[in-house]
Amino acid sequence: MSKQAENTGFHHALKVLPELCIGCTHCMKACPTEAIRVRDGLAEIFEDRCVDCGACYKACPASAIIIEQDDFEKIFDYRARVALLPSVLIGQFPSVIDAETIFSSLIQLGFTHIFEIDSVAEIVQEGYNNFIAEYQGEKPVISTFCPAIVRLIQVKFPSLVENLLMVKPPSDIAAISYRNRLKASGYAEEEIGLFYITPCASKIAAVKSPVGESGSPINGVINMEYLYNRTMKLIHSNQVKSGKYETGNLTDGGILWSLTRGEIRHQKGRCLAIDGIANVTHFLEDLEDAEESNIDFLELRACDESCAGGVLISGNRFLTVERLIGRAKKLPAFDIRRRPAPFDDEQFRLDQIKPRSMWKLTDDRGDALGMIAKQEELLKVLPGIDCAACGSPTCRALAEDIVFGRADLSWCVFLQETYIKNGKISIDEAEEINAGIWGKDRKQRSLSK
Amino acid sequence: MQLRYEIQEGDFVNAGKASSAVKGILKQLDVPAILIKRVVVALYEAEVNVVAHACRGEILVQIDSDMIHIVVQDSGPGIENIDRAMEEGFSTASKEVREMGFGAGMGLPNIKRNTDRMDISSQPGVGTRLELTNRLIV
Repeated sequence: MSKQAENTGFHHALKVLPELCIGCTHCMKACPTEAIRVRDGLAEIFEDRCVDCGACYKACPASAIIIEQDDFEKIFDYRARVALLPSVLIGQFPSVIDAETIFSSLIQLGFTHIFEIDSVAEIVQEGYNNFIAEYQGEKPVISTFCPAIVRLIQVKFPSLVENLLMVKPPSDIAAISYRNRLKASGYAEEEIGLFYITPCASKIAAVKSPVGESGSPINGVINMEYLYNRTMKLIHSNQVKSGKYETGNLTDGGILWSLTRGEIRHQKGRCLAIDGIANVTHFLEDLEDAEESNIDFLELRACDESCAGGVLISGNRFLTVERLIGRAKKLPAFDIRRRPAPFDDEQFRLDQIKPRSMWKLTDDRGDALGMIAKQEELLKVLPGIDCAACGSPTCRALAEDIVFGRADLSWCVFLQETYIKNGKISIDEAEEINAGIWGKDRKQRSLSK
Repeated sequence: MQLRYEIQEGDFVNAGKASSAVKGILKQLDVPAILIKRVVVALYEAEVNVVAHACRGEILVQIDSDMIHIVVQDSGPGIENIDRAMEEGFSTASKEVREMGFGAGMGLPNIKRNTDRMDISSQPGVGTRLELTNRLIV
């Protein structure tokens, strides 16, 4: 998939299915960057604002938002078909199903190798140590583990881009390391297919259009929900032939890495772990306001309970965490000496991450000031109840849309009433406006439910 | 564009509201992050100063394309010796205020460090007026 990764522009894993979208407001209200509007009865995603967190996918009551993935059959294009597994995959299965059974069923499905990504935790930590030792910028250093967080910072907190920890995430380091290992054992580059089994949408976006890397070292992404279904089917029909597989050298610290506090337990100084994108947003606002400045390291994760709460995790996130902790107890202790020596930092570093602010109105400051003033005026007229019936998530967002010329004040249902009374628009015109937002047959559909 | 905010004595909960709102506008103007940070730090410190020391105060903000001008004036006890107040570590804050993590004597020096121009005038028993000017282009 590295060809696609080279494409410019934004590739998003989240797509709206027009045939299923009922044009409600759930996704729009859940979006942390106000990247969704409802137009003509359909949710529309602003590509430059979307951070691929998957909040809309979770919120959709009609299953109309899908997470794109590669066709599973694609794995058979390769002789070495590697499943790069995050440990949360194992955690979502009931405790009676052990890791060996799951690995066996993956092999039966067609993979030839299994590698547990989190077994590179010590390499990641060594990368962190080296980066932090050289780091001259302002504290705190912010982890780049979660791709949705990296994108959130680029879009919503551009001033914090410089604080990002420029070490590749475990999935990429695992891919690089495992590819090298297979090459050393005789496989040719083009025979190796590395497939990441993803617990979330942002990881798909990170593979298809990586930030801070010229291309992804991963060949394809398989949605964890899909694989969970296929694996469960094999297990339920008693078709799994058990076997032993070499899957990496996982330690307790590795297995816990993708859970909340998984990184900070290994960092020095004053560290904070925050999960849930709303919590993260709130905290970063405060950080920007200079509320607290003596923090050394921030671990930020978009999902509640981190990857255990990933949008493609089928099991209950708290049970997943509990099972992973149980598995961690049986594993050897985290040990930084497990990293390869000599240690090659370069191949594990990210290049450059650029801010792409969602706040910027226009290039000309004078025009921008005029737009802000107009927005403030509009906010005085708008009701401030954020009903979203205008197709924008909040009154403030509608004001912004009007200023940008992509919406009109008459789209506000509250103001429509006044406009009709004053004779500014007719009832028919109001109906037409609303049909433009909610679709022509919206009323009919509501009545015929 | 002009903005106005009011500050109440002892209202630490809301200290930072003005600097946060100004930050939002500067982001919309696409002011470089490093310059936004200077304005936010200076204004936040000024807000906290009024909350900690004065009875009530107001903030007047004038934002133009290339410049931000902020006036923070309060009807408070005033500053007896401005030169001393500008010294790092000099503080008149009560124990209570210090326990909240404020009053370390870095307020005014920190404001000065983060502004291009700072003018301060004060009359004991009447109040203090702080004028801050920052460029918005590198």
